[in-house]
Amino acid sequence: MGVIGTSPPRSDGLDKLRGTAGYVDDLAGEDTWHGATVRTSVACGTVLAIDAAAARAADPDVVVVTAADLPGPNVLPVIQNDWPVLADGTIEHLNQPVALVAAPTRARARAAADLVSVEVEPSEPVLGLDAAHEVLASCSIDHGDVDVAIADAEHVIEGTFESGLQEHVYIETQGMLARVEGGVLTVVGSLQCPYYLQHALEAVFAPTGFEIRVTQATTGGGFGGKEEFPDQIGAHAALLAWKSGHEVVLLYDRHEDIIGTTKRHPARVTHRTAVSGDGTLIAQDIEVLLDGGAFVTLSPVVLSRAVIHAGGPYRCRNVRIRGRVLKTNTPPNGAFRGFGAPQSQLGAERQMDQIARRLGIDPLTARRINAYRDGDVTPTGQVLDASTSALEVLETTARRADFLTRWKTNESARVDALDDGAPRDGIGIALAWHGSGFTGDGERRLRARAGIEVDDGGRPWVLSASTDFGQGTEVVFQQIVAEALGVFPEDVGIRPPDTHLVPDSGPTVASRTVMIVGSLLHRAAREIRGRVGDGPEPFQERAAAWIAANGPLKAETMHQTPPGATFDESTYRGVAYPAYGWICDVVEVSVDPDTLLVTPRKVTVACDVGRAVNPALCAGQIEGGTLQAVAWAYLEEVKCENGRYLNDRLQTCLIPTTRDAPELDVRLVENPSPAGPLGTKGVGEIPMDAGAPATLAAIENATGIAASSVPATPERLLELMEDAP
Amino acid sequence: MTVAHRPTSLGDAIRLMADPVAVAVAGCTDLLVADLATGRRHAAVVDLSRLPELKGVREDGGVIDLGAGCTFTELRRDPLVRSHLSSLAEAAATIGGWQIQNRATLGGNIVNASPAGDALPVLLALDATLVLGGTQGTREIAYESFHQDYRKTALRQGELLVRIRIPRPSSTTWQAFRKVGTREAQAISKVVVAMSASLADGALRDVRIGAGSLAPTPVRLRAAEGVLTGRVPDAAAADDAASAARAEVRPLDDVRSTARYRRWALGNVVRRFVRGIRA
Repeated sequence: MGVIGTSPPRSDGLDKLRGTAGYVDDLAGEDTWHGATVRTSVACGTVLAIDAAAARAADPDVVVVTAADLPGPNVLPVIQNDWPVLADGTIEHLNQPVALVAAPTRARARAAADLVSVEVEPSEPVLGLDAAHEVLASCSIDHGDVDVAIADAEHVIEGTFESGLQEHVYIETQGMLARVEGGVLTVVGSLQCPYYLQHALEAVFAPTGFEIRVTQATTGGGFGGKEEFPDQIGAHAALLAWKSGHEVVLLYDRHEDIIGTTKRHPARVTHRTAVSGDGTLIAQDIEVLLDGGAFVTLSPVVLSRAVIHAGGPYRCRNVRIRGRVLKTNTPPNGAFRGFGAPQSQLGAERQMDQIARRLGIDPLTARRINAYRDGDVTPTGQVLDASTSALEVLETTARRADFLTRWKTNESARVDALDDGAPRDGIGIALAWHGSGFTGDGERRLRARAGIEVDDGGRPWVLSASTDFGQGTEVVFQQIVAEALGVFPEDVGIRPPDTHLVPDSGPTVASRTVMIVGSLLHRAAREIRGRVGDGPEPFQERAAAWIAANGPLKAETMHQTPPGATFDESTYRGVAYPAYGWICDVVEVSVDPDTLLVTPRKVTVACDVGRAVNPALCAGQIEGGTLQAVAWAYLEEVKCENGRYLNDRLQTCLIPTTRDAPELDVRLVENPSPAGPLGTKGVGEIPMDAGAPATLAAIENATGIAASSVPATPERLLELMEDAP
Repeated sequence: MTVAHRPTSLGDAIRLMADPVAVAVAGCTDLLVADLATGRRHAAVVDLSRLPELKGVREDGGVIDLGAGCTFTELRRDPLVRSHLSSLAEAAATIGGWQIQNRATLGGNIVNASPAGDALPVLLALDATLVLGGTQGTREIAYESFHQDYRKTALRQGELLVRIRIPRPSSTTWQAFRKVGTREAQAISKVVVAMSASLADGALRDVRIGAGSLAPTPVRLRAAEGVLTGRVPDAAAADDAASAARAEVRPLDDVRSTARYRRWALGNVVRRFVRGIRA
């Protein structure tokens, strides 16, 4: 039918435009009770007593839940099982949930929560990477002989690169609705991963014997912030529903969402690089430190991705990368678009700029010399396939943006600049790679499943747990299935991501949905088509006739990692990802010399997505992710003082407005991945990887100020300018 | 339970404001945000948006007379404001975003008394006078003496801000405005500066510089004004004014910026103003 590579309208578009889409807040009825959360007032310490007598006296209807009321273990199962449902004894971070309250209205719930008194014994919190010492996770890569290469090297260049917290600012804050009915505990919520919450609730409620059912409500954005965090708020809503006997909705307002939920891991990345006189990398010695916050949660896998990407998209025979996540007393940092790779590649790209400047070569040439070619071997020993597009995206972007000429013009203009207050122009380039799907052995262990079932009328339905939270997953799945069955996209139905209706396709994370789950659906659809057979009538008629003759028509497929594609997690050797996306950003800024205010003017991007199933949505992902990355570089900041986020409202937690958004010129490059039947690679996260270093490079080109950390706010730029040796 | 009054005359509004718990509102752009953040609720609000006495911009013998209820959209589009009070028109266009400018009023900006209020330095630079109405009748007060401390004003219990009167600048008066924010819209100032001056025989006269986000209230930069008065606005005068401005302020580190940056940027803005003065 040729529907792959076209951009049909999104299935969810009309409901959202009309305002009829059902977000969690819309699902609460007249009789639904409301929940509120009591949080700790110190970053570290001990809970001595929780007294809800005043709350109960003021409002006898309210229901209060503390750790003592839990039916089972006080733990949310994420990797290490150290994340409590509610603080019990030990307080590990400020605003940690310690008790829950339900009441017939939101105002009464909030009022009651404010009357619950928590007596604490404060102790000294550990804050910031300098003070942290407890290791939550570690991993390392060893490739070649770094020490010998560095000892023999012509040039050894060192650099340290830091990045701070970033808040997701998904447009819809976190929210969950729960009820217990006839032995079934149902939770409906704003989430990315229904089966994560399913497993969390199965653990928390194990002794009750409840059947657990989780459904995604219409979800307004996630960016990773609704990957693991919904385990906690979902369990909270469920506890309140169970204790109160009412349907309970628990919704955070923006302030509570910012103070109580996960952020991007702050990072410190240190490079020691050996290079030859012409700029060829000889050895990379890299350390990646992440601030994990108070609990392990997803940090080990964030670290793993950070470490594997830390060298950047560059060939190098000798690579040593050491990674550690350290514990501090802040809310746990977690999944956020890019998942560690943006932090580590910020270091790789700024280091590449520093190497180029030190050796007197331009930033484009330095990248051209070192970029991966197909057949190159990565630090984990993976041989890159024929769809390795680092050079293609680099050259395409540089040519479209006329990078080199303009970079050189700005370099000379800076030296001769007049004191006229005119904005200084700068242009910067960055190159990045991003592995699609789970890291290493993740997909093999997960064994994701998805399927197609055809109803009696011959309409095919997608069965998958992949969620659409704004990316356009649904229409892309419709296109993939339509292509395989020979129908139109709108002929394909999507069953809601509901754990009673769909198999576990794995979480909607890691740039894996189109590549991994899309491939499963494609296989399932091909299988259906094979069974039904081809013919002159439309598929629906043939399928209905087949069902009439043979009974139900359904196909379910399970992910199988191709033979040979193994990864050893103890040695970090092997195939780290089934496919890699490649991206190059050229960012143009102007900088006001009187205020050091940075204005991004234009970003030119070329990105290899393997195959663009829906080019409009693909470009949309790249545009949004690029804006998020650029803003992370110069604007977005969450300061943390004594364990408290200072930017805890949208008044101070700033993201770009429409007027801050630069012009975006996005070029999709399609070099199909041999790893799957569709040739697709991930696109959700890779746009987060190159925007920030390219922005810092552009600021340097404009001002001569070489920022090595983000965000490069005017305040930081001033310090760098005035304190430079 | 909040009682909302919607009076249609100033007299009625003043009578309603005699209730000590009553809070006056116009665009509500500050009050709603603050109340949502604090959970505070008011027993009575008095909506000033229907009062004709608070509307309109007019010229009144050598004075541009602005209604306290004028929205920033009205101000930045008003022909009198655009031709005589260009710095106010510029300030009006930088406040919040378009939606805020459609609702927020000049009077609200003044009475809300945030040290970061973007229009406030302009009123200092243009030597505004405020007309206040209360049960005792109306009185006038120099805008400069209106802000007494952080969010404390000279407004008495039950009094309302009615008009803002600005001496019409002469044709030789030079005005400038600069807001240093964090982003292109919906940003609270890190530093905000307005200046007016006239040139006589090549030398600066009547120099007034107002600045915000540097102290508990908007402030005049008197040392910088003194440095410039009688000077030719050349590069040396610009540098001296910048140094004086930096030396006379005591800004703070806060969530939006640092004292160091505020002082540095303030000096640069003043310097750039002076270098831009043309006869």
